[in-house]
Amino acid sequence: MSILVDRTTRVICHGITGNAGAFHTAQCLEYGTQIVGGVVPGKGGTKSEHGLPVFNSAFDAVRETGANCSMVFVPAAFAADSAMEAAAAGIRLVVLITEGVPTLDMVRCRKYLDERGTQLIGPNCPGIITPGQAKIGIMPGYIHKPPAAGTKNIGLISRSGTLTYEAVWQCTTRGIAQTTCVGIGGDPVKGLNFIELLAMFEKDAETHAIILIGEIGGTDEEAAAAYIRANVRKPVVAFIAGQTAPPGKRMGHAGAIISGGEGTAASKIAALKEAGIHVATSPAEIGSTMAKVLSVA
Amino acid sequence: MKVHEYQARQLLQAAGVPVPKFRVVSSASEARTAFAELNEPEVVVKAQVHAGGRGKAGYVVLCRDASDVERNAERMLREPMVSKQTGPSGVKVKKLLIAPAVQIAREFYIGMVIDRARRCPVMMVSREGGVEIEEVAAKNPSAIVKEWLDPHLGLLPFQVRRLVSALGLADAAAHAAGRTMTALAKIFVEKDCSLAEINPLVQTRSGEILAIDAKISFDDNALFRHPDVEAMFDPAEENPNELRAKAANLSYIALDGNIGCLVNGAGLAMSTMDIIKLHGGTPANFLDVGGSVTTAGAVEAFRIILSDGKVRGVLVNIFGGIAKCDVIAEALITAAREVGFKVPVVVRLEGTNVDKARQMLKDAAIPQLVAATDLTDAAKKVCAAV
Repeated sequence: MSILVDRTTRVICHGITGNAGAFHTAQCLEYGTQIVGGVVPGKGGTKSEHGLPVFNSAFDAVRETGANCSMVFVPAAFAADSAMEAAAAGIRLVVLITEGVPTLDMVRCRKYLDERGTQLIGPNCPGIITPGQAKIGIMPGYIHKPPAAGTKNIGLISRSGTLTYEAVWQCTTRGIAQTTCVGIGGDPVKGLNFIELLAMFEKDAETHAIILIGEIGGTDEEAAAAYIRANVRKPVVAFIAGQTAPPGKRMGHAGAIISGGEGTAASKIAALKEAGIHVATSPAEIGSTMAKVLSVA
Repeated sequence: MKVHEYQARQLLQAAGVPVPKFRVVSSASEARTAFAELNEPEVVVKAQVHAGGRGKAGYVVLCRDASDVERNAERMLREPMVSKQTGPSGVKVKKLLIAPAVQIAREFYIGMVIDRARRCPVMMVSREGGVEIEEVAAKNPSAIVKEWLDPHLGLLPFQVRRLVSALGLADAAAHAAGRTMTALAKIFVEKDCSLAEINPLVQTRSGEILAIDAKISFDDNALFRHPDVEAMFDPAEENPNELRAKAANLSYIALDGNIGCLVNGAGLAMSTMDIIKLHGGTPANFLDVGGSVTTAGAVEAFRIILSDGKVRGVLVNIFGGIAKCDVIAEALITAAREVGFKVPVVVRLEGTNVDKARQMLKDAAIPQLVAATDLTDAAKKVCAAV
């Protein structure tokens, strides 16, 4: 089992002829993802370098390919528009990789998608992977381990990219497999958040435990801690990045900023610990903490 | 992106918000002339810097005559301002704002930010103006009244009425305050602000509503569609290394410690700082080279890190995904040759093309290079080396 995406997910790539779109479509195809076409306005009727059909609009792409998921690589100025077009065309899940999307664009985009029942992952995120089945994003596939008979499996939710790879690698090298890993992105206004994904992993029979990777800025981790205490029975291991970050400075991610005394790592760690969650103190100990929780040698 | 108070006042004025008349000057003699032009019994001279704590530092001063204005202006423009927010070396003041002193009867706060949890802009007002809103939020949260905006509809008239009545205003003053709130919300949405606040908005003894001080900052991601806003950028307010990094597409923040960091990814870069601290060291910087880093970009990153005289050691932590380890290895070899390493450089590489990268570094045999097996090993080695 897995959440959100699997080997049956049919994906179209917005921006399939751009540098990033073309490169990562190739990587996703190689991993086994069913990418069924691309959307590039003005290039409808042509083929991408991967031999996939290119459409002028998401409407054409959905009609011709039966796609149900969009992977968006278009530049920041047009990213929200692509996501909204996908939703209007009936796409159920949009994975928005693009970094640098204006916050107010995301405010409007998220509302538009909500009204149409379309789920969003991102923006400014590595995407989502169900190991062994589908990789929809920019994460390196080989670091992941698909569940097999007898493996202990985790689900992972993270605001970070490379730190997620680090955590996944620490699990894989200890024999811990992953059902699905979701990078929710580093922006202040985004799609699916900790709570919705925690609920999905809690219901997923194959997921034994959950890793939550947060960072400074906002209060999503505090909200997640309260949710876990009330609703999640599976063990959760957490790590919060930015314990040494100074206030008032954006630490790379648009959403990673301590402002007005809100969003400190200390407040998040305290909330998580209070909810009985295992918090790794070092980023090098996320995998070993999970191994202990799952009693994996 | 932050702008100066005088620039925020200009934006408010253009949107129809009542702002007291003011002059912006950059010399003591201009200050004297401005005082004469304003022709007021008392003026306030305010240093135009982004850092807070101006009042306590003596950089907001009331003056009653021309020589007092000139003397204070001369001092502010000569001596860097040192406050809690500036660090010990302070910041150089280049511009001053001069405005009539206002006889204040009541002070209010009005401000707008993005509410991350509700995913929309929120307008906040309070009768406790003139103090930091964070302070009010901590001590007396019920004193802050909020209205959330539908991004498509903006601030609605009934919301304005609720906010104005929360401030206890009526009649003409209520009308003026309401127009100010509507204008502030319009600026916020039209110019892609991340913060727009008037603090204080005052009612004068004669009943007039005036915006006395304003702070506006903008969403960096939206600057591409606001050339007028981008033109207000003041590079003198930024750390020179941070500007240099920005030009090279690197995300760099200068810190106080002595261990330079070069990492790919913001989350991993923050965690690298954290693990250094955990093993007793202190990071000299945050540096995310990004996913699509080139050799030239990574060499520039080394130049920036090593230009910081405090740096006694460097930790390179790369988890290659999109960024490839061999690109970083090549940058290390180039930087060793062109920049030269005078301090130990601990290198931890994992992920895409790691075997190729390790071989390249082995062949290059750079004496200052210390290989690390994992994150903990790397942190321990760099902390031991400084």
